[in-house]
Amino acid sequence: MFNNLSDRLVETFKSLRSKGRLSAADIDTTLREIRRALLEADVALEVVKNFVAAVRERAMGDEVSKALNPAQQVVQIVNDELVAILGGEQRRLQFAKNPPTVIMLAGLQGSGKTTLAGKLAKWLKDQGQTPLLVAADLQRPNAVNQLQVVGERAGVSVFAPEPGNGVGDPVKVSKDAIKHANQKQFSVVIVDTAGRLGIDEELMKQARDIRKATDPDEVLFVIDSMIGQDAVNVAKAFEDGVGITGVVLTKLDGDARGGAALSVASVIGKPIIFASTGEALDAFEPFYPDRMASRILDMGDILTLIEQTQKNFDETEAREMAEKLAKNEFTLEDFLDQMQQLRKMGSLKSMLGMMPGAGAMRKQLDNFDEKEIDRTEAIIRSMTPGERRQPKVLNGSRRLRIARGAGTTVTEVNSLVNRFEQAAKMMKTVAKGGVPQMPGMPGMPGVGGGSSAGKNKSKAKGKGGSKSGNPAKRAAEAAGTTYQAPGTIEKPASGSAFGLGR
Amino acid sequence: MAGFSWFKKKKVDAPAAEPVQVVAEPVQAVAERVQVVAEPAQAAETQAQAVVEPIASEAAASGGSRSFASRIRSIFIGNRFDSEDLDSLEDILLLADFGLNASAEVVSEVKRIAKAEGASSEAQLKAILVRVLAEALEVPGRELNLTGPDLPYVFLVVGVNGVGKTTTIGKLAKWLAEGDWQVVIGAADTFRAAAVDQVATWAQRAGAKLVAGETEGQDPASVAFKAVETAIADKADIVIIDTAGRLQNKQGLMDELGKIRRVIEKSARVSETLLVLDATTGQNGLAQAKAFAEAASITGVVLTKVDGTAKGGIVYTIQKELGVPVKLIGFGEGVNDFAFFEADQFALGLVG
Repeated sequence: MFNNLSDRLVETFKSLRSKGRLSAADIDTTLREIRRALLEADVALEVVKNFVAAVRERAMGDEVSKALNPAQQVVQIVNDELVAILGGEQRRLQFAKNPPTVIMLAGLQGSGKTTLAGKLAKWLKDQGQTPLLVAADLQRPNAVNQLQVVGERAGVSVFAPEPGNGVGDPVKVSKDAIKHANQKQFSVVIVDTAGRLGIDEELMKQARDIRKATDPDEVLFVIDSMIGQDAVNVAKAFEDGVGITGVVLTKLDGDARGGAALSVASVIGKPIIFASTGEALDAFEPFYPDRMASRILDMGDILTLIEQTQKNFDETEAREMAEKLAKNEFTLEDFLDQMQQLRKMGSLKSMLGMMPGAGAMRKQLDNFDEKEIDRTEAIIRSMTPGERRQPKVLNGSRRLRIARGAGTTVTEVNSLVNRFEQAAKMMKTVAKGGVPQMPGMPGMPGVGGGSSAGKNKSKAKGKGGSKSGNPAKRAAEAAGTTYQAPGTIEKPASGSAFGLGR
Repeated sequence: MAGFSWFKKKKVDAPAAEPVQVVAEPVQAVAERVQVVAEPAQAAETQAQAVVEPIASEAAASGGSRSFASRIRSIFIGNRFDSEDLDSLEDILLLADFGLNASAEVVSEVKRIAKAEGASSEAQLKAILVRVLAEALEVPGRELNLTGPDLPYVFLVVGVNGVGKTTTIGKLAKWLAEGDWQVVIGAADTFRAAAVDQVATWAQRAGAKLVAGETEGQDPASVAFKAVETAIADKADIVIIDTAGRLQNKQGLMDELGKIRRVIEKSARVSETLLVLDATTGQNGLAQAKAFAEAASITGVVLTKVDGTAKGGIVYTIQKELGVPVKLIGFGEGVNDFAFFEADQFALGLVG
């Protein structure tokens, strides 16, 4: 059946084809699917609740109801919100102004700290640093040996004055390690500590003491990506108990969805800096929030989603309109038709939405006032068919008659006719592939009738070669549209193209 | 000898650590924890019965470490329960990593029984939950397979990285040795740095004989074979084979496990293949169990690190879908920190 969120959302939205807009019930159904997907991905319950609330707020808004593809729009919103929480920007390791830079590793038993220590050391060494590994796990049997082997393989020094296995004081070892690093001029010190439970007061105190003794530039919380609901408890315990500056997610070469990433980032607000992706020394990379978002959502190929949802919308209407515009046949009659359709939140917006770069134009339409349509409709209905087809014949007495018939003023009638002419002019330009110039509006590429619509279609079908890490961007690039990051569309000035805004 | 009842160690002093006084504290609970939920449709309904704010915010307020007991207590203030309470019950199970399907299933069962029995109080509902969980978790064949005419018995210990396989082997070996069993341990994790050293330490603590490979990175199957042969030659009672941690989606590594098993079975029957599972694992635990079941025919689960805040609720689905029982639980790094799994104890510990 449905394996992932995109499949399920597409199914949910199949029934919306004719409706064209989402009701509150539709949104609730969608949110339930999102909740399910996130819980199945092991995102913590409290984080899921807050997250869904945030998505609901955006989903109730115009962003989705006026979107061409509501399903796509919702998935986009979910993806955006996830990426934002996971840390939109990549955060780099903080180095000390005066070496050595001290990095302390902390986390539960078995999370992968020692393996990570080796990877970090190797990575830093390859960057020209001189790392020192510190064996401060004196608890777990042969943890010191393990670090020594790891250090050897990475080609870095290991400070291990105590044999471990219960012998030695980790706090003293850490303190002495800093002295040693200063004496021997190591540029980075990586302190490997014993795994500990968040609720183990004694060991949390030890961790605090190690921190005090070493004054680290980074305290990296190492967490297994397969951890479930407990992620929140553990993250809070370590944040409160030791203090965390950054997070490393490990064992990402597994098939766990990794919702813990979202839980941790959301709850303690510290950046996830690295991802550990295997047992080998080089299985180590910076953390990519957008890749993690896709993994948590189990998105698969976002392009597939877009393709599937586009099928649900009728593109023939769009082509017909584009042809009309190109042939310069747009009359007040058409204008009236379009406005009536707009009431059903249908065609014009959808069609315009499909045109490349039409995002900005759509924002204009968003601003229209329903009552405005009533008034405009009344005026046009007071015109004769001839007048609608040829607005040029509208002299003073005609305008007066129309005004009376519509129960409005001549000024209003003038205003409408002007706006219509502006709109018609703009649409001609658009249809012919030019860039209409309007006050306060960015220009857009032309539509060029049906042909470019066709081009866009075939581009969307192929797997694009975009290199962007952002799946939405890749998808947009492949579909031939511009990726609009949220908030980049400016508010249009008054005097919109169709005379529908203020 | 390891204890037969398990207990939580080293809990911080928080309300969670207090034993539940179901009858004594409802009034105080009202004062501390109740917030009326502002849901338009239900405002009228809920005035008479103070509905509690979602568990999460309470959890956040009290520092995150609350027992199920206090959570359940705070639901049933008015001695009545309704669909919102059942939602809260579902939350409790979700928080324990039961997963959506299992949580819904359990809640539905609790509801059914509660109605049938006319349960109305918090205490009654809690008791029903414990019953439902205990029954569900009670699976036949829970005993460790230490029977059969042919010695040595062979235990194969498997699981993903970092779950506690080697530590579990140490605990098992010690327990057996204390019972006068002659134990051989096979150090068939030939991959991880100092893994052989680690299991050697445990063998020493347990008084067991260690069989390791000759060369670094030696084929694990050959080490396992050698360990079994040694046990046979020594007329030992049991040989426990440690293997390298491996993620279940790595087909090559899973195939290797199958090979290890086949090689062992040239000389002796494998009595138990134990999947060691970290209690903090989320829904991926089911995928782990399925993959290891297929690759190595697991016969039991060892649930480790239950001394933490995680509940390991995924075992419910593992038992249900795969019929593989949880046989042992581990709750600490000490050699005696383990016990045999008992469903009612586990359910009680979960619910409080």
